[in-house]
Amino acid sequence: MQFDQILQYVLSGLSTGAIYALIGIGFSIIYNATGIINFAQGEFVMLGGLLTLTCLDLLKLPIWAAIPCAVAVSTLAGLLFERLAIRPLRQPTPINLVIITIGGSILIRGLAMLIWGKDTHAIPSFSGDDPIAIGGATMLPQHLWIFAITVVIIVINKFYFYHTISGKAMRACAYNRRAAGLVGIDVRRMVLFSFMISSAMGAVAGIIVAPLTMTAYDVGVMLGLKGFCAAIIGGMSSGMATVVGGLLLGVLESLGAGLISSGYKDAIAFIILLLILFIRPQGLFGKADSERV
Amino acid sequence: MKRELLKFLAFSVFVLLLPLLFEGGYLMNVLVFVGINTMLAIALNLLLGYAGQISLGHAGFFGLGAYLSGVLTATYGWNPWQAMPVAAIVVGCMAYLIGFPVLKLKGHYLAMATLGLGIIIYIVFNETIDLTGGPSGLSGIPNLEAGGVVFDSDVKNYYLIWGITLAVILFAINLANSRVGRALRAVHDSEVAAQVVGVNARLLKVQIFALSAVISSLAGSLYAHTMTFISPASFGFNFSVELLTMVVIGGLGSVYGSFLGAALLTLLPEFLRAAQDYDIIIYGGLLVVMVMFMPGGLVRGVPDLFRRIFKSRGGAGHA
Amino acid sequence: MLEVSGITQIFGGVTALEDVSFRVNRGDITGVIGPNGAGKTTLFNIITGIYTQTSGKVVFEDKDISGLPPEKLARLAMVRTFQNIELFGGMTVHENVMVGMHTKSSSGLLSCALKMPWSISEERRIRNDSMKWLEFTGITDLAEVEAANLPFGKGRLLEIARALAVEPRIILMDEPAAGLNSQETLGLAQLIKRIRDLGITIVLVEHDMELVMDICDRIVVLNLGRKLAEGTPREIQENPEVIAAYLGDDD
Repeated sequence: MQFDQILQYVLSGLSTGAIYALIGIGFSIIYNATGIINFAQGEFVMLGGLLTLTCLDLLKLPIWAAIPCAVAVSTLAGLLFERLAIRPLRQPTPINLVIITIGGSILIRGLAMLIWGKDTHAIPSFSGDDPIAIGGATMLPQHLWIFAITVVIIVINKFYFYHTISGKAMRACAYNRRAAGLVGIDVRRMVLFSFMISSAMGAVAGIIVAPLTMTAYDVGVMLGLKGFCAAIIGGMSSGMATVVGGLLLGVLESLGAGLISSGYKDAIAFIILLLILFIRPQGLFGKADSERV
Repeated sequence: MKRELLKFLAFSVFVLLLPLLFEGGYLMNVLVFVGINTMLAIALNLLLGYAGQISLGHAGFFGLGAYLSGVLTATYGWNPWQAMPVAAIVVGCMAYLIGFPVLKLKGHYLAMATLGLGIIIYIVFNETIDLTGGPSGLSGIPNLEAGGVVFDSDVKNYYLIWGITLAVILFAINLANSRVGRALRAVHDSEVAAQVVGVNARLLKVQIFALSAVISSLAGSLYAHTMTFISPASFGFNFSVELLTMVVIGGLGSVYGSFLGAALLTLLPEFLRAAQDYDIIIYGGLLVVMVMFMPGGLVRGVPDLFRRIFKSRGGAGHA
Repeated sequence: MLEVSGITQIFGGVTALEDVSFRVNRGDITGVIGPNGAGKTTLFNIITGIYTQTSGKVVFEDKDISGLPPEKLARLAMVRTFQNIELFGGMTVHENVMVGMHTKSSSGLLSCALKMPWSISEERRIRNDSMKWLEFTGITDLAEVEAANLPFGKGRLLEIARALAVEPRIILMDEPAAGLNSQETLGLAQLIKRIRDLGITIVLVEHDMELVMDICDRIVVLNLGRKLAEGTPREIQENPEVIAAYLGDDD
């Protein structure tokens, strides 16, 4: 009985963790390409969910068409965000970047409130709601979708960074922006790409989680922060470390909420965040690096 | 220095006479909040504008002051004048201790850590229902009282809050133009050079973080005693961002800028009643526009703008 | 006065300095020279507490200062300047030098903010005494200019004035002549000699050989992280190993 319950918590923790991982990788990609922590990252998660809703309800698209459509529009939003807010910044000091991405995130959230209102919206599951029994625990088909899509995204991500010219150029920027520029890589374009990729990933995360948790104009804040937490645990890596960070966070949160107190569920993530920043700012798996302290 | 003093005197007279314009109308109540927000903006500005260290968790310190004062007076029957300093000392010590690990972090990481801290505090307000009343709030907090006068009307509160706000302003101006203030600005401009000439940057940053928390806590206590009711919603992440907006709009490193920012952001929603739900769009837009086009804030940006307009006119006249 | 012994610094597997030892005599101007990448700035960063060495020891006035942070060294009367000039850009020239007097004053946060009588008189003293260093370096007329707006050469003088305000017994200058024109370099040489005449010991890293040979009493030559030679300017100029290292550097 007790074991079944824990299994249940772990399973649902893993599925939220997968979402955190996707958002966290988005954070890392931008951070690695630009040195910016994009406080607006969560808003793209929100946009993904709500745009899917519009595609389904208003445009009457089938779900398989609505999703790519929503991702495309979110990516466009990411592009516009970089072009209109980040690039024109005259004094890109860390504090100004923090302020402008916060400002941008509030603006996006506000616009979303104008468009979709303050209500919470539901999105239908991708394939029914019949629970699947696993051991003594149950899962929804949507959980499987989350796992499957997360794996696919991570594989695509890996392929992009290691086997395409543009992905390799992006890694070069992450390693040394100046040197990358010197060997002829268009760094500004890579920065733009990084914003587009991470807004697309955020949007996907927002879409696949929406059927489980519902969505609203303000879901981006918390999801974004949790994603950041995953990325910090993973040492701002855009690979497996952040995925593990996300899964770990999801499971800990779910266990904490189930076994200790559900009210403090959100606090768990932030306590982990603070502990990691204080004790191991290079992430749980990283080697020492003095950049962050 | 003399000019600073004259400026302060002129400002004090302005504050003193302002109520005569409104004859105790509804706006008086708003002006009380302008005072509280001015204190908070100055507190954050000392940290962000002078020492160059960002905080996205100041609403938490504000809330701690309010709740400590509120709980001590409403639940345990303390005298507000005792509760306020006790709250401030407790919050100051907390900030001092947490400041050492937090301020080791820089830039984006500092922003995230302080944000996390603010959210944890906010969650505690919501969850410790026995103590704080949880999301539904804490009521029955007594008004302040001095020499038989109970500060229970907007006009009385106006003079009480603004008296303290003026003291905070003077305090901040003195600090800015002193040995410690210069050391703070030095840390902001070049931490390594400041250390080389003997400034203990780490300790100084922690001290100013604690001082900033103490001022915020004081503002929180005053808020609790003027409102007599508090709830967690006033102390969330959004309010931290609002404070940041005030400081940035007014001008980093300018005490009167903080007043301008606080006044603008407190009064704006009152004038935009129709757009009340959409005030977050206005905050967001203001932040983006200010950082992009007026990174020095209103206190520097507006005179600059005038100068540019006059210059271009002068140039045209010449041709 | 200052004794560096057996300093080794390894950065992630790369040895930047290997077993470097030398001694600086009180009242001397000591030059540290060497080709690019010799480890001169790394050595300075270790002595002045910016880096902590992998092994070895720095002794200043009979006190082991290895690993002490820069702010502690300032209190022990050691100060440095930077190759790329580190000024407090948002503050006036005068204020920059006033910060230099930080260790010579003590008012705390609260007494400053509450304007206690002693902090008022201390403030007056800081304001007046700091002018002395502006005069000494000849930038009094720029006192109210914001430091960020200074031309490079004046910025260099301000950095030195600010360092002098610490009232050091030793001052380490990292390439003080870098970026100066020949006129300014001449002035700098005079200034450095005048600083020595105040009884302050000077160590400088420099590429301008003419300047080094002109003003230094002793010279330490580094090459590829090791000490190559040490001696008077004349000895160094005649040292075949030094000549080889410099010629080798050119091809």
